[in-house]
Amino acid sequence: MARTVSTRRKLLVTALAWAIGLLIFFPILWTILTSFKTEGEAIALPPKFLFFDWTLENYGIVQERSDYLRFAMNSIMLALGSTFFALVIAIPSAWAMAFAPGRRTKDLLMWMLSTKMMPPVGALVPIYLIFRDFGLLDTRGGIITVLMLLNLPIIIWMLYTYFKEIPGEILEASRMDGASLGKELLYVLTPMAIPGIASTLLLNIILAWNEAFWTLSLTTKDAAPLTQFIASYSSPEGLFWAKLSAASTMAIAPILVLGWFAQKQLVRGLTFGAVK
Amino acid sequence: MATQQTRALGKLAVSPSVFALFMWMIVPLAMTIYFSFLRYNLLDPNPICSLLSPGALLDAENRCLAGITNYSYFLTDPAFFKAMGNSLKLVGWVLAISVVGGTLLALLLDQAFYGRGFVRIMMIAPFLVMPTVSALVWKNMMMNPVSGFLAYLFKLVGLQPIDWFAHAPMTAVVLMVAWQWVPFATLILLTSLQSLDEEQKEAAEMDGTPPLSYFWYIVLPHLIRPMTVVILIETIFLLNVFAEIYVTGTAGRAGNLPFLVYQYGLIANDIGGASAGGIIAVILANIVAFFLMRMIGKNLDA
Repeated sequence: MARTVSTRRKLLVTALAWAIGLLIFFPILWTILTSFKTEGEAIALPPKFLFFDWTLENYGIVQERSDYLRFAMNSIMLALGSTFFALVIAIPSAWAMAFAPGRRTKDLLMWMLSTKMMPPVGALVPIYLIFRDFGLLDTRGGIITVLMLLNLPIIIWMLYTYFKEIPGEILEASRMDGASLGKELLYVLTPMAIPGIASTLLLNIILAWNEAFWTLSLTTKDAAPLTQFIASYSSPEGLFWAKLSAASTMAIAPILVLGWFAQKQLVRGLTFGAVK
Repeated sequence: MATQQTRALGKLAVSPSVFALFMWMIVPLAMTIYFSFLRYNLLDPNPICSLLSPGALLDAENRCLAGITNYSYFLTDPAFFKAMGNSLKLVGWVLAISVVGGTLLALLLDQAFYGRGFVRIMMIAPFLVMPTVSALVWKNMMMNPVSGFLAYLFKLVGLQPIDWFAHAPMTAVVLMVAWQWVPFATLILLTSLQSLDEEQKEAAEMDGTPPLSYFWYIVLPHLIRPMTVVILIETIFLLNVFAEIYVTGTAGRAGNLPFLVYQYGLIANDIGGASAGGIIAVILANIVAFFLMRMIGKNLDA
């Protein structure tokens, strides 16, 4: 029997929840609104909420002045590239650990997790020097490698917890029918694993897109993604809030949309399956 | 039953990721440990320490071995205590705010109301905002002492606006970081709340259990485990907060341990000192990691 909730109570909770939700969301909402104002209106007091001259000029100026598209392109390449290579390495590993576990599989998984615990500052100096000596500073390839390795443990863990849920009997049945391992992977496992792989992909794109420590330390111009693009707005030069807002809106919009779909994956991936 | 062949193939399948992660973890760590015992400054490519102290040992590239000098220097640097204190303040406050706030928000989102899906995404959204954006939006549009929105609200109720970054930089950083991490706690705790047994809920309701004791005896025990997970995972991430400090320029007063290491290394070019600081950060993080790993490891058996 479904629990019945009085309408009065429901309306009260609705009002409260919307009020708090809007309060938490307000900085983002305000940023989006400000991006459509002129610079003068952006700092006007009292603040203007909806009744101002809506304009798109900030978006044009931001693109023209700091070449948004180049940074956005880098963000996309870094997020997709690192995710792709990580999946290529992680899928076979997670498959093996889920379906042909050895005595040390558990230890191996824990060890992989432990690499995620290492604070980036512990590796910053050597990575910086290696990158400098091999000419990898500010290159897409270099950052893709770092982001791939950074998120590899999360990816393997997530895939592992998904693969674990696929019944092993089905694989055995296909093996009995004489399917080779390659065919088993391609035709049996992959279709069943697609939802898990898609979830993992989604989470990793979000993580890679927002990663700020390595991208700020290792890029300057050519490979710089949107994190660096926004950071370049940190030195105020006159009236710039509307432009900053336009830049910010463009930097976060894709991820807010992806995040809408990825709520469950965030929980699962970031807690390493400890909360489902 | 896994056959001999699948086992061998399994090992082959695992090896690339093991190799990659091994290289990623061991090589930089080994180099950091090694550098931390050197007198090594990038601005001083031809070290003259052998002239200064003739007996000094040199490594293959003629860099002077420094013993534990880097560590004693880093650990006695007043900036270290400041950074350490800031790190702890940041972690402690944000954890407290996210556990309490996250629980309250999760309880709210678990109720039936109109537009639940939309309110949920509004509450989770801050977690999806990249740290550099969040830092700049808070610093300018929210916390600017003249035209910021908070200044407007303060004036509206007749208070003197606060110049956050001049007078309360730590509070400002805690606020903006908490804004990002409360949603994470909410999301985890909500997921866990929704797995609470529906029948148990009904039974409690039929018995007329008062809401407070229902929360205390049924909900809270159920949330203890996800709360621990939230605390451990947030600690790992919060110990590494960097972009918020980098972008807001609060390093002087709210700078934490990662930022101090960054300053030593990439700004002052003192590779030896930065490496010693990095190793100290690694040791601290490992203490937290130890407990987290035990929790997750237990889960693996279940």
